[in-house]
Amino acid sequence: MADTLERLRARFGDDILFTHSFAGDDTALVKRDALLAVAGFLKSELGFEMLMDETVVDHLYMTPGDDVFPGEGRFEFVAHLYSLSRNLRVRIKARAPENDARFSSLYGLWKAANFMEREIYDMYGVVLEGHPDMRRILLYDEFEGHPLRKDYPYTREQPLIAMRPREEEEQ
Amino acid sequence: MSSPQSVDKARLPAEPSLPAEPGFEEERELRSENMILNVGPSHPAMHGTIKMVLELSGETIVRSDVHVGYLHRGFEKECEAGSYFKCFPYVDRLNYLSPMINNVAYAGVVEKALGVEVTERCQWIRVLISEISRLSDHLTCIGASAMELGAMSAFLYFIKAREYVWELHEALSGARLTVSYCRIGGLSRDLPEGFEAQCRAALVKVREVLVEGQKLLAKNRIYFDRMRGVGVMQADEAISYGFTGPMLRASGINYDVRKANPYLVYDQIDFDVPLGEHGDNYDRFYVRMLEMEQSVRIIEQCLDRMPEGPVNLYDPRFMLPPKDEVYNTIEGLVNHFKLVMHGIQIPKGEVYFAVEGGNGELGFYLVSDGTGKPYKLRCRPPSFIMMGGMSRMLEGHTMADVVPTFGMINMIGGECDR
Repeated sequence: MADTLERLRARFGDDILFTHSFAGDDTALVKRDALLAVAGFLKSELGFEMLMDETVVDHLYMTPGDDVFPGEGRFEFVAHLYSLSRNLRVRIKARAPENDARFSSLYGLWKAANFMEREIYDMYGVVLEGHPDMRRILLYDEFEGHPLRKDYPYTREQPLIAMRPREEEEQ
Repeated sequence: MSSPQSVDKARLPAEPSLPAEPGFEEERELRSENMILNVGPSHPAMHGTIKMVLELSGETIVRSDVHVGYLHRGFEKECEAGSYFKCFPYVDRLNYLSPMINNVAYAGVVEKALGVEVTERCQWIRVLISEISRLSDHLTCIGASAMELGAMSAFLYFIKAREYVWELHEALSGARLTVSYCRIGGLSRDLPEGFEAQCRAALVKVREVLVEGQKLLAKNRIYFDRMRGVGVMQADEAISYGFTGPMLRASGINYDVRKANPYLVYDQIDFDVPLGEHGDNYDRFYVRMLEMEQSVRIIEQCLDRMPEGPVNLYDPRFMLPPKDEVYNTIEGLVNHFKLVMHGIQIPKGEVYFAVEGGNGELGFYLVSDGTGKPYKLRCRPPSFIMMGGMSRMLEGHTMADVVPTFGMINMIGGECDR
């Protein structure tokens, strides 16, 4: 429903850079600094109690700044929220440049962000500020690079790693 | 009347008196420190290879750290490398206990991006195969977790029922696990000859097993005691941790994607959503048992009400033309060539589509850049997100409670680690 997006625009004004409802999915691109405030507003005021999904898209090879994916910056943070009470969904996005790849963590609002944000860090090397435990999750610590970045070659092989000392295993 | 204990005590020799040394009382306080215990990744209870680092105080879990990712295969990277057709085998291998649901979800997200709706018969068949897969998922979940609690015979009953369900998979697609049955805009083939009779016969047998399984487990003293009150997740916490599916419904939250955002023809089907009360493992087990009955109901309605007609949309944008046309007409040949070499041209944009998977909301987020390959295909894996709540659920419980709690999350390595 366009209602959510209208209320966001009314509340945050210029912090909402762009909205669309392509294929029925309400989407708002917000300024990176306003991400946490927008998410908090959606949770507390508009009843979006659930963080369904969180991910990042690497826009390296996408034509920049067109009318489908406007905005500057290589990395786009994407969160899908769901309202149990109102049965609505909304997607909020924010962009960050390559040399400053960081977003605010949503862990303070939803505990579900814990694993998903660790996965974002693991796969894209994007840091979520305020996350209590920013470690790799699916890959091992010695893994070189972040595989879902578009410039990580599909065929790249990783070096073998040495046996870990026992103490580190049991941290 | 004296109790047996007191009688026994009277027969025992008197306790030796303690030596009255100064400071002895303090020394009797045993020095204790928490023990770190690694469980897994290769451990019979950690099926699907995960590792848990548990900090134990005696036998009580103080803190735990869950390590997932041992089965990471680069699902998203692989999908980005191939065309839209080539993702089907990968999505089969996400939740390999309910591959049909993954197929339906992936086909659904691509169709949503294309803005097309499949034929009515195809929609009914997709509902049918989703529910068949849900049966297989829940049967395995309950059977395996019962086995881990020592109920080996219950496991065999449930696996027997799963066998009937997998025979249906086999009849549909030729494979038992890696089905790749759906296609964008339809299915790989219509239901085979005699499928309805086979399906009805299988449902009768599955129902029998459900009754037997219920008798074996629901009032089983050992099973009940180990499940009730263990791994409790209150409703508000379950929401915060992003729980979906049977785990969320066991906490009493009425959220089922099939009811909340009906896709395919779920809005025309009569079924109930069982809810739990306590949010513990026993409720999760019971919700799953009742859900299987509902799944059987849905399958029967599908068999009764499924219309005749075509299953595929013959649209040259995404459906391969029939072989007859490819070999005999130039248009068919060019169409086939374009689809195979350049892939489906999906307009630039982004869509999210969710279905009710075996373990919860299974969503796909597709970003298309207008070429023949997915620019990004993100899978929202329900069990991965629920593993994030594992540490919370285990807090204060004992080592032995890890097994049923982990079993009820029904973590599937393929889906969790992708």
